[in-house]
Amino acid sequence: MGWLSEALGSSIGKKFVMAFTGIGLILFLIFHLVGNLTLYGGPEAFNGYVHTLDIVKPIIRVIEVGLGLVFIFHIYNGIKLWWENKKARPNDYKISGKSKNSTLFSRTMIQTGSIVFIFLVLHLATFWWLFNFSGEPHEKGDAYYAIVVEWFQIEWYAIFYVIAVILLGFHLNHGFQSAFQTFGWNHKKYFQFIQKFGTAFAVIMALGFASFPIYFLFFYGGN
Amino acid sequence: MSGKHLNLKLKIWRQSGPQTAGSFVDYQIEVSPDDSFLEMLDELNNKLESEGKEPIAFESDCREGICGTCGLVINGQPHGPIPKIATCQLHMRNFNNGDTIWIEPFRAKAFPVLKDLIVDRSGFDEIMNAGGFISVNTGGVPDANDILIPKEVASESMDAAACIGCGACVAACKNASAMLFVSAKVSQFALLPQGKPERFRRVEKMVKVMDDLGFGSCTNTYACEAECPKGISIRNIARMNREYFLAKVKSKELEV
Ligand code: HEM
Ligand code: SF4
Ligand code: FES
Repeated sequence: MGWLSEALGSSIGKKFVMAFTGIGLILFLIFHLVGNLTLYGGPEAFNGYVHTLDIVKPIIRVIEVGLGLVFIFHIYNGIKLWWENKKARPNDYKISGKSKNSTLFSRTMIQTGSIVFIFLVLHLATFWWLFNFSGEPHEKGDAYYAIVVEWFQIEWYAIFYVIAVILLGFHLNHGFQSAFQTFGWNHKKYFQFIQKFGTAFAVIMALGFASFPIYFLFFYGGN
Repeated sequence: MSGKHLNLKLKIWRQSGPQTAGSFVDYQIEVSPDDSFLEMLDELNNKLESEGKEPIAFESDCREGICGTCGLVINGQPHGPIPKIATCQLHMRNFNNGDTIWIEPFRAKAFPVLKDLIVDRSGFDEIMNAGGFISVNTGGVPDANDILIPKEVASESMDAAACIGCGACVAACKNASAMLFVSAKVSQFALLPQGKPERFRRVEKMVKVMDDLGFGSCTNTYACEAECPKGISIRNIARMNREYFLAKVKSKELEV
């Protein structure tokens, strides 16, 4: 299988890995957002949702491992691409014309991705860890919803969450259509639609996720 | 000729050789708005020579936008501010009296500066030598309609073949990627029956050499398309990606 590793290690292959894992992460984001909408149904709805996931825990664990690998490949390849691409132009221009020929979103994938990564670590260290491995939810008796409320009412946490998901929107605004181009799915008839759809998708994801901390910080009155 | 001359300040990259460090040197010049950009540099060089100074080294040949030798980065943009023209087709009327114009060579690891504004673009030749050809003699001019090629397909191939190999795509790309150039060359052959028999080997070899030469990877910023003097479409890059995936899965050769 030497040909396969050679293919995936080529410039086009690395892009393929980025696009493939990127689409995987997009699918995950959709499920994650839809699941989180149960927060708007109150404690029973959300805790019920967490319990349902608990019932199929072994399956969830397998998916989590897969997702972890997808993240690792995406991040490893992203950093590798960024680093190699920097080396392809050792002396940069004195005057930059970049703003005239490309979008800010397309030029800042590594920056937006990196902040999303920092967010991810914090996010896992709080919700994911507390839900799965701390005794907290059980000690307090089904306190999943309460934990979410508690954290989202911490101002710095809520603000960072909002900033991170907006930057995730930036990442997706370029990334969505970029993945289609990478796979070679660019045709006069539909590519403009894909670009617009990607922007709409990015806005929906950013607003959707940002709505939770905003709701709990400003509009949630308590039980 | 109109009397309204432009007074311009030029900041031009001077570098005496590949190994030496370069820097910007200031020049003041008065030009006619009817001058082309290269004529302005000619006039400046005449002046420098009459003063016994070393003229500025830059490349040009056809001066009508077809040979692809004249690429300069003008105020940060390859071939200057006007879309879909080469540097030689740029006229000074597009600038204003009193403007400062920064003139730099293309910058990429794979395009080392040889002198002043001249870079070594022979990497493109190496890529072409790796697969940008048809190995067998395709014979004389065939009878009309002997080989049926739909008009749209022929046009797409010709649009790709319009690439003049100037390297502005590499110069514009933040990653110094050569994907637009290589994809244009892969596409012009892959679309036509004469190019099909070797399509897999061609794309595999050309991409391999492109990577080995130190060009960066495409990250779909589309800066190349925006700066290309021939308006080569990024759809060619999408086509090359498809060709490459297919080749990797289907080609008979295990090693490229
Ligand atoms: C849920 C989170 C994420 C999603 C949905 C996502 C999605 C995507 C997508 C769809 C692409 C476009 C692929 C292509 O151009 O073909 C992309 C590119 C990229 N991602 Fe992410 N990503 C996420 C997280 C991250 C993280 C944490 C990093 C950390 C460094 C990162 C770094 C990058 C980089 C550098 C690129 C650009 C690569 C290139 O342009 O070739 N991403 N991402
Ligand atoms: S694709 Fe355009 S910019 Fe690139 S070498 Fe060809 S003509 Fe020049
Ligand atoms: S000199 Fe030939 S393209 Fe400009």
